[in-house]
Amino acid sequence: MAPPNGIPTTLESDDGIDFSDIEARHQVPTVEGFDLVLVIDNLPLVEASRKDRLLQVFSKHLRKCNSPQPTDVFMPWDYAKNESKGYVFAEFATTDEANIAIASVQGSHFDKSHTLVVNRFADIDKFAALDETYLEPLRRRIYTQTWLADPQSRDQYLTYRDDMVSVHWHAKPSPSEIAEQRSGWTDLYCSWSPLGTYLVSIHRQGAQLWGGASWTRMVRFVHPLVKLVAFSPNEKYFVTWSPEPISILENGPLAVNKFTEDDEGNQIAIWDVKTGALLRTFPPAPMPPAPKAASEDDAAAVAAAEKRKQMAWPALKWSGDDKYVARVTLGSQISVYELPSMGLVGKKSIKIDGVIDFEWCPIGDRDREAEEKEAAKKGPRKDRENMFAYWTPEVSNQPARVTLMAFPSRTVLRSKNLFNVSDCKIYWQNSGDFLCVKVDRHTKTKKSIFCNLEIFRVREKDYPVEVIELKDAVLDFSWEPLGERFAIIHSSDPNLASGPAPGITIKTEVSFYAHDKGKGDFKLLKTLVNKTTNTIRWSPRGRHVILTTMGNSNQFGLEFWDLDFSMDDRKDVMPGGKEHEWGAGIQLLSPPNAEHYGITDVEWDPSGRFIATSASVWRHSIENGYAIWDFRGIEQEKHIIDKFKQFIWRPRPRTLLSKELQKAIRRNLKEYSRTFDEEDAAEESSASKELVAQRKRLVDEWNAWRSRIKRDREAEGLIDAGNSDPNSPEEKEEVQEWIEELIEIVEEVLD
Amino acid sequence: MIPILLQGHERSLTQIKYNKEGDLLFTCSKDSVINVWYSHNGERLGTYEGHNGSVWTVDVDSESRFVVTGAADNTMRLWNVSNGKCLFTWEFPTAVKRVAFSPDDSQIVCITEQRMGYTGTVRIFTLDRSSDNDGAHQSRLPTSEFNPSGSKPTVCAFGYTPNTILTGHENGKIALWDAKTGEELKSVARAHSDVITDLQLSPDQSYFVTSSKDKTAKLHDSKTLDTLKTYPTETPLNSAAIAPFRPYVLVGGGQEAMAVTTTSIRQGKFETRFWHKIFEEEVGRVKGHFGPINTISVHPSGKSYASGGEDGFVRVHHFDESYFRSRPYGEVGEVVD
Repeated sequence: MAPPNGIPTTLESDDGIDFSDIEARHQVPTVEGFDLVLVIDNLPLVEASRKDRLLQVFSKHLRKCNSPQPTDVFMPWDYAKNESKGYVFAEFATTDEANIAIASVQGSHFDKSHTLVVNRFADIDKFAALDETYLEPLRRRIYTQTWLADPQSRDQYLTYRDDMVSVHWHAKPSPSEIAEQRSGWTDLYCSWSPLGTYLVSIHRQGAQLWGGASWTRMVRFVHPLVKLVAFSPNEKYFVTWSPEPISILENGPLAVNKFTEDDEGNQIAIWDVKTGALLRTFPPAPMPPAPKAASEDDAAAVAAAEKRKQMAWPALKWSGDDKYVARVTLGSQISVYELPSMGLVGKKSIKIDGVIDFEWCPIGDRDREAEEKEAAKKGPRKDRENMFAYWTPEVSNQPARVTLMAFPSRTVLRSKNLFNVSDCKIYWQNSGDFLCVKVDRHTKTKKSIFCNLEIFRVREKDYPVEVIELKDAVLDFSWEPLGERFAIIHSSDPNLASGPAPGITIKTEVSFYAHDKGKGDFKLLKTLVNKTTNTIRWSPRGRHVILTTMGNSNQFGLEFWDLDFSMDDRKDVMPGGKEHEWGAGIQLLSPPNAEHYGITDVEWDPSGRFIATSASVWRHSIENGYAIWDFRGIEQEKHIIDKFKQFIWRPRPRTLLSKELQKAIRRNLKEYSRTFDEEDAAEESSASKELVAQRKRLVDEWNAWRSRIKRDREAEGLIDAGNSDPNSPEEKEEVQEWIEELIEIVEEVLD
Repeated sequence: MIPILLQGHERSLTQIKYNKEGDLLFTCSKDSVINVWYSHNGERLGTYEGHNGSVWTVDVDSESRFVVTGAADNTMRLWNVSNGKCLFTWEFPTAVKRVAFSPDDSQIVCITEQRMGYTGTVRIFTLDRSSDNDGAHQSRLPTSEFNPSGSKPTVCAFGYTPNTILTGHENGKIALWDAKTGEELKSVARAHSDVITDLQLSPDQSYFVTSSKDKTAKLHDSKTLDTLKTYPTETPLNSAAIAPFRPYVLVGGGQEAMAVTTTSIRQGKFETRFWHKIFEEEVGRVKGHFGPINTISVHPSGKSYASGGEDGFVRVHHFDESYFRSRPYGEVGEVVD
């Protein structure tokens, strides 16, 4: 190649400099002529007598794989043992043929125990010389938890209005600050991952995860027309659902589309969050056969079955440790899959006749501690088994049944027979201490519904079950997070049976129950009567609870309750201890007029200090917006925003502090709160200073603009008609009226 | 602040206007009557009778000599303020939706409705103000007229510089026109996203406020038509006015009359809202009307304001002393009007 423009390729002055290092770095690998030769590995080891037979079968296998035949096959021989070495060198006629052979033979099953591995001969050297020590790939990892390192440890929340998605810092006392704002960030809605690491946006083409300090896109899951998404509890895996069955377009963009022919027609996909890899797809849950309504005029059962027909989401349920994911096939089986291989565990589903629903037992702090201890211990590990509860309805003389099963051993830990059941709901307490099955039962005549609560004490030996019988229908049940109490909404309103009707507000009652440690059973703490409540929201830290009525145009009050009100100074006294009457600590904190008109959502912040209530345009278009309250029911801020759609707090991961550290913090709380108060005060004054400065600037800008306009007007010779100087004292016209009234005229004749 | 209730109309108000001194308040309504009131005590001075249909619009000249009105009977009328005589009647093929005097009183601009094959038209008339015939002889023909293409105009006013017309349109567009040639000088296509319901100029015409059914009111530069400030609310707006000498903008509106029966009273929002003109923050509300507010007008010296509602009432509010003294944002410097 001639040097361009006559510039010599090497300058003379370069002579004598050693370029070998640069040359070595930029060396172009030369073709060594071996790209026609493939090494096919993992063949069975054979004796000399069967060598030809093996070559025949090998050639047949290639044909079966639609691979071209090699021009030459060489089988290396181990003369010491007098058997083959288990691999062959196959030479092909052209490079293309060799490539086709790699694609078709790679990973094919030669027989039951031999899966072939194909490599280019040229690659073998490279693989042999591979450095054994693993080097972290030089990809800049994005640190996803920066928001937790906020110096003021503020929480974040997301709002979505019109097409604008904003992430705010929630700060008291200073006004909330916007961390990031993007128009059209999502097409449908937003959601956070369970530990708050990722922000999910939903688009026509699929879902995207965002994270890090600068909100970069972390992963993209291509799943056209995705509607619903879910994470596994430890956010390792991601599930998407689209009503549209997956279809592979012949000439579709394969680069982004990870689906293959096998996935065609499926609607649910499981992905690995870290890599974005597709793990497996599932068809939609098959609909159960319609129940025979004609046999009995059992309207309730039919209605319940109707309800079940709608797709339950999440369709896939995760065990608390992300090890298993399971789905139910209504009426026949529960299939549990292992992660990350996504293989059916034990290659068999758990056959359960009539199974309707199941729930995994969540993993609590206690389990985690035990796990850590176990991990620290030497010797064989005793892994704790996962657990789930399922129920089956009554079928011809067989009672309905709730069963607690351990997995993967599939041992039945406890089961309980139930009678006259129309529906069951399974509620696990979030640390996995208790399980409550809310059993809706009907009387013999099937006219009225009442309710039993079957409470399993999971931590105790033999899983004792306690039954709380109630005369009313229970509309909602909710465990206190991390606690031993629960709240129910029950009602005996005659309007209940006729279903929701416009203008009718169903009267309800709210009851709190607590676990009596002395007796070991659950006792009623208190019942609040004459309410319209239909929603219970416990604080994520327990103790505080919010009651509200949603979806009602007449009732929209908010009640903020404290369950340990009088215990404040005596923390060590067990709630419900001897010194106190049962339920004495239950106290309404909020002012009576706390309300949010048109409320559609209530959400606690992750710290349990604040509550956000919102009215979303997705439900109605009246007074959309959101409000933030503290746990006492004092409104902190309220924003009425047209076309407001969504408010979600960013979740926080579990605390990284050890038990001892947490205790130390609790002990020194006074110390901390003093510094925090000081910071708050400083913050308040600086924030207000900033605001004043900002306003000053706005006023200055305005005044500058006004004076410019004024100058322009004078320059243009425009004179305000009679309005030349508005600051001149107003000309006032004083009108004085003299009113003379003639009262009497008397004529007197003077002498 | 106790309002004076003016009960002189049987149907909903369409427009109200103070005269230049602010001592008189002109109100017109769908009941075809125009009333004039003493603004300080709410005593009715008189009526202007003659229209045979909803009176859509009214304006008074700066001398309080003539008042001009437009109505659904396809006429625009000129009246003598002091004796209530109708001096002249212009007839058009369609209803008159908006009228306005020029700042120097020499011209009138009017918008006629787009209906029955006629396009929405802007006409400018030159007024004969000579005293010899007391305004009774006017030219039937406009000095100029033009038909803005595209969306029909809903509101208009004389602009900042002489011989310019500002219009607001049904699709949210605002435009500046040459009054003589009908040439579009400037326009902002999406100033609002819905029909513009009102357009009121600042005392010196250098900026103006528009209100729209898109639930916002906006402040614009009269020359460039740039949006200076935005006041977002959660209810469709029917009117917006600039308060002189205090940095406020008054907006009013409410759910459409036809939707009121199907929605709760809370949704109505039949309140006049006061927005800080510069900080774009709401500072206060005045309740009272039990229907949407159709029109708001502020006394030229900022002493009082009046609102006219769908409920047929006009409420005149004289500001309390505290309104003039209060500094809701502390000492941030005086705002030049």
